[in-house]
Amino acid sequence: MKRIYADLHLCPNLRDMEKVSNMINKASRLEYRLIAITFPLNAKREEIERIRDISREYKIDLASRIDLKPKSPKELIQYLRKLRRKFEIIAVICESKTVARQAAKDRRVDLLNFPSPNTHRRFFDTAEAELASKALASLEIDIKPLLILEGPARVRLLSSLRREAAIAQKFHVPIVMSSGASDEFFMRKPRDMAALASLFDLDEVSALDAVSKNPTQIVKRNRENLSPKFVAPGIKVIRKGKDC
Amino acid sequence: MDAVWSAVSKLYGEYGASQTGLTLIDYNMEKGFAIIRAVHTAVNMVRTALASITKIENKPAAIHVLIVSGTIRALHKKLENRLL
Repeated sequence: MKRIYADLHLCPNLRDMEKVSNMINKASRLEYRLIAITFPLNAKREEIERIRDISREYKIDLASRIDLKPKSPKELIQYLRKLRRKFEIIAVICESKTVARQAAKDRRVDLLNFPSPNTHRRFFDTAEAELASKALASLEIDIKPLLILEGPARVRLLSSLRREAAIAQKFHVPIVMSSGASDEFFMRKPRDMAALASLFDLDEVSALDAVSKNPTQIVKRNRENLSPKFVAPGIKVIRKGKDC
Repeated sequence: MDAVWSAVSKLYGEYGASQTGLTLIDYNMEKGFAIIRAVHTAVNMVRTALASITKIENKPAAIHVLIVSGTIRALHKKLENRLL
């Protein structure tokens, strides 16, 4: 079966609609069929729908995403309570260990993102992976830092990513590879993204899953959960009427 | 081609670069594509190196792999089909 490729982390400047449109067009030309754009906390439904319409023109499916940067676990829980039903994808930018742990064990979190290139500020270890595997959260790896950094900084980042990818595979935590692009120049073809994954020892099938199967599953699952027919995990309304 | 060699050397070192067998076969400036030959066992290395290029002569740039083929003849056929 032909793979459906997805890039779940595009962050264009939403004030510049021409740039947004260009990035969506580029994603379509690079053979993506599903993208997610990061919206601000106060994004209005009309704004999301307007960009969804642009995506439809380029025959590409758009998922709404929010990046949460909480300072404490309590703040994260408050954000999740407020925003879970508003966005299709929730990613948590883990900048502290307590936030990372809370995000990993909360079933409402889809993606765990560790932006710091500093090894000591990345908190994806075995304990984190164990929590994430029970709660369905995925590890997100952005390729933008890999492209920007050079020399010893890139070497250190690759070393961290290699360790994290191995831990994620050991604990069956899905890995999602995204571009993290704010500009067209940082967008790459899905196969090229998968090739970049070889730099941190991800095998070809796992790398291709990281740009197709894993991200599409998250969006599919969340769309089912956000649908009005959803009652509880495994239960949904099939039909309404007197004789049900 | 300097950018490609530089990217391969940065990622895999001179030893790795020597295993790729990189050669520029054709470069079409108008259409913006090039044909590069590489040893088939090093295709993934070259693909990775091409994806890691963000600048050419200090100007922002990105290189995307269009087609990979075993022979240049087959490559041209695939390219024609793609451009049609």
